Amino acid sequence: MAEYLIKNGFVFDPVTGVKGDKKDIAVKDGKIVDSVSSSAKVYDASGKTVMAGAVEVHAHVAGPKVNEGRNYRPEDKLFGTRAGVNGMRTTGGFSIPTTFKTGYAYAQMGYTVVMEAAMPPLYARHVHEEIRDTPIIDEGAFPVFGNNWFVLEYLKNNELENTAAYISWLLRATKGYAVKVVNPGGTEAWAWGLNCLSVNDPVPYFDITPAQIVKGLIEANEYLGLPHSMHIHANNLGNPGNYTTTLDTFRLNEGFKANNRFGREQTMHHTHVQFHSYGGDNWGNFESKSDAIMDYVNAHPNLTIDTGNVTLDETTTMTADGPFEHHLTELNHLKWANVDVELETAAGIVPYVYSPDIKVCAIQWAIGLELALLAKDPMRCFITTDHPNAGPFTRYPRIIKWLMSKEAREERLTTFKHADKVISATHLHGLDRELSFYEIAQMTRAGPAKALGLMGTYGGLAPGMDADVVVYDINPEASFTPDQIEQAFTAAALVIKTGVPVVENGVVINNGNKRTLWVDAKVNENPQVLRDVEEKFLKYYSVSLNNYEVKGGHYIPNPYAIEVDATQ
Amino acid sequence: METVTLTIKKAPTLYLEAEATTPDALAGKSLDQIRALPVYMGNEEFTLGEFFEIAGAPGATAADTRVVVKGDVSRVKYLGMKMSAGELVIESNADMYVGAWMTGGTITAKGNVDSFAGTGMKGGELTIMGNAGNYIGSAYRGDWRGMQGGRIRVKGNVGSDTGYFMNGGEIVIEGNADVHVGTHAEGGKIVIKGNAKSRLGGQMVEGTIVLLGTVDVMMPGFKYVRDEEIEVDGEKMTLSLYVGDLGERHRKRKGEPIYGKLYLRPVKAGEDAAAREARLARAREAKKARFAPPEGSASA
Repeated sequence: MAEYLIKNGFVFDPVTGVKGDKKDIAVKDGKIVDSVSSSAKVYDASGKTVMAGAVEVHAHVAGPKVNEGRNYRPEDKLFGTRAGVNGMRTTGGFSIPTTFKTGYAYAQMGYTVVMEAAMPPLYARHVHEEIRDTPIIDEGAFPVFGNNWFVLEYLKNNELENTAAYISWLLRATKGYAVKVVNPGGTEAWAWGLNCLSVNDPVPYFDITPAQIVKGLIEANEYLGLPHSMHIHANNLGNPGNYTTTLDTFRLNEGFKANNRFGREQTMHHTHVQFHSYGGDNWGNFESKSDAIMDYVNAHPNLTIDTGNVTLDETTTMTADGPFEHHLTELNHLKWANVDVELETAAGIVPYVYSPDIKVCAIQWAIGLELALLAKDPMRCFITTDHPNAGPFTRYPRIIKWLMSKEAREERLTTFKHADKVISATHLHGLDRELSFYEIAQMTRAGPAKALGLMGTYGGLAPGMDADVVVYDINPEASFTPDQIEQAFTAAALVIKTGVPVVENGVVINNGNKRTLWVDAKVNENPQVLRDVEEKFLKYYSVSLNNYEVKGGHYIPNPYAIEVDATQ
Repeated sequence: METVTLTIKKAPTLYLEAEATTPDALAGKSLDQIRALPVYMGNEEFTLGEFFEIAGAPGATAADTRVVVKGDVSRVKYLGMKMSAGELVIESNADMYVGAWMTGGTITAKGNVDSFAGTGMKGGELTIMGNAGNYIGSAYRGDWRGMQGGRIRVKGNVGSDTGYFMNGGEIVIEGNADVHVGTHAEGGKIVIKGNAKSRLGGQMVEGTIVLLGTVDVMMPGFKYVRDEEIEVDGEKMTLSLYVGDLGERHRKRKGEPIYGKLYLRPVKAGEDAAAREARLARAREAKKARFAPPEGSASA
C-alpha cells in the first residue's frame, strides 16, 4: 500500500494531546506511522487544519424505517437528485438521503465511522444490506433491546447471566455492535395502546418497570465487557417537563463502574439529550432545562451524552419510540407510518418542519447548543442531530459554526420571530463560550471513539491507529468568518480513510475500503437461552431462525469483528 | 417587453425535460447562451439549441421577457416550471408539469396540457385553452403542500384529482371535472362550471368548491347549511352551502369548527325528492345488475 505524508498542517488531536501545533502526519499501509520513506506522496497542508477522521455515535442511516422514510417521502428528493460523476453513483434526498449520498456526504465532511443507532433485530438483514450499499464509511449497527420479550422476561426474574447470553446471541445473530435501548418498556406498552412516561411506569403484561430494564441492561453490558456502554433513548421524549424523567434515568446509572478492555469509562450513553431537557408543563411555558441536565452530566464521569441538535430544517422524524411518533402526528397532522416488530420493538415515522418562526422549535435549537456549551468535559459530550430526527447530519458544519462562534449564534437567536420569548426561555444568550478546534476534535473524534470502545483504532492520530486523516481548508491562526468554518467542515480538502485518499478538494474520488463493525461476545454455553430462542421462534416469530440470522458475505462483505471473551 | 421564440425542430424520441424555457432562465442571455442551456431526455443531457430553433431576443429581466413556444411540444415537460415573472405562450399541446411551482408571471397554453399543471403553484396566472389532465393545482407526490396561490383557468375539461392538497389560490374550470376534487384541501377555491362526477371534497379540511353543473354522487360527509349569495368568477348568484368533510379534523375559531365549503345549485322542494328517488332507483338497478347471477346459473 502507498505511503502518504501530510505536511505542515495545524494538527488538533486529543489522543496525542496536540493542540494546533504544526506537525507532519505519516501514513503507511493504512496505519498512522512515525515516519515514511522519501517515496511517500506528500500533501501540503500548510495553513490548514488537520484532524483524525470523525466518528458518528448516533444516526439513523440504514434499515427498514430509514427506507420507509425514503419510500413515503418522494418529496424529500424533489429537485435534489444529482447525477453521479467520476464513477460515483447518483445521489438524492435531503433528510433521508440515498445510501450513496449518505456515504459520500459523511466522507466529504471528514467522517470515517458511523453508527446506525437502532437496528430492529428481525430486520437486521435489511440494515446490513443498506450498510453494504453505503460507500466509504465504516459502519456498525445497534440492535434494540429495551422492549425485547426475552430481555423483559429474563430481567423480571433477575436472570443476569441469561440476559447477557441472549445479548451475546443476538449481537452474533444480527451482527450488531452495542446494546441500544429506546423508550424502555414504553414501546412494548405501545402495542397495548399505552406508554411508559416515567422510569416507574409498569410495562403491561410483563410487570417490569423501565428502571429495572435499564439497570439490568447496564449490568449485563458490563458483565459481558462490551466495547460500548448501554446506549439509551429514555422515556418521555419530547414532552414539556421531561427533564425530570431524564434525571431519573441518569440516576439509574449511579454506582455502576465500567468493566471492559477497551478503555471505555462510561456505563451509560444517553443519546439526543436535547429532546430530553425540557422544562415547563405545556407548550406555552416550555423552557430549557439544559442547566440542570448538564450539572448532573458534568458531575458524573460514568455518563456520556450526545446532543441531538435541532438544525431548523424540514426533516423526517423516525424512531423505535412508537408512541412518541403517534403523539407527534397528532400535533402536526402530517403523515404517519407505524409498524410493530413482533417480539422486539416498533417504529414510527412523521415528517417535521422545525420552523424558526415557531417558538418551541427555536427553543429546541437553543437547548441543543447549550448542552455542548455547558459541557465541562468535551470527551463526554458529542455532537449529533440524531439524524434525521432533529435535522440531517449534513448540517454538522453549521452546528460547529454555531458552537465556535457566539456571533453566528447570536445572529440566529436574535432574528427569530419570537426572539424575546426564546431568549427568556433559554440560557444561550448568556453563554459566551466559543468552542476551540481542539474541543471540536474531542466532541467529534476522540470522545465518541472512546465511548464506543474504539479509541485504539479511530478518532486519533497516534502511530498504530488506523490512518483516517482529514485536512480542512481553514487556518486556525488566521482570522476567519463564521461562514468559513461551515464551509471548511462541509467539504474537506483531503480525507484519507484507512490509508486511502477518498476525498480531495471536497470531491469524492474513491469508494474506499468500507468495513462493517460488529461485536463477537463469547459466553459460556447457555442451554436455557438457546432453548428459549428456539421455542420463541417456533411459537411466535413469523420467520424461522434460518431466515433470521445475518450470515455470510452477501450481508457483510468486509467484516471487522471485535472480540470479547466473557466465558468463565 | 421583448420576445424570444422557441420553435421545436425535432420531436424527442423519449420525453424532453425543458425547465430552461422560462423567462427567468432566458432573460439577459444572448441567443448563443440560450442555445447552450441544458435540457434532459432519459438520463442524458442535451442543449436547448439541439431541439429548438431560437429567434428574437429576451429582455434584461424575466418581467421584460415573453417566451413563445411553437410547434408540437406534446412530449415536452416542465414548460414554465418555477417561473417568477414575464410571459410564456405555448402554441400547441404540452406535456406534464406546465407552470409547476410557478410564483409569478403569466402562462397561456393554447392547446391541451397533460397532468400536474400548476403543481405547488404559489403565484401568477396559468390559462389553459384546451383540456388539462389529472392533478392540476395539486401537491407533488407525497407532499402536503399543493397549490398555495395564483390562478389557474381551464377552458376545457380536467381529469381527476384537481386541487389535491390545495392550500390557496383559485382554479376555475369552465368544462367538466373527473373524480376527486379538492381531496385533503386546506384552503383555496375551485370553481367547476360544468359537471362533476364523485368524491367532490372528500377528506377536505378547509377551502371552497363551487359546482354549477351536476354531481353524480355526493360525498356522505357533507351537510346542508343554508342558501347564500356569493360571487362566482365575477358573477353574483345564490347557491346552497354544504360543509364538510365531517369525517376530518377541523381547526376551531372562537370555539366553532371551520369546515370546507361546497356550494351547489339549490334544488327546489319536490324536484329534490324526485331527483333523489330517480337516483336511488338507478343505483338499485346498477347494484342488481352487478350482483345478478350469470345467465343460466343454477342459483336462485
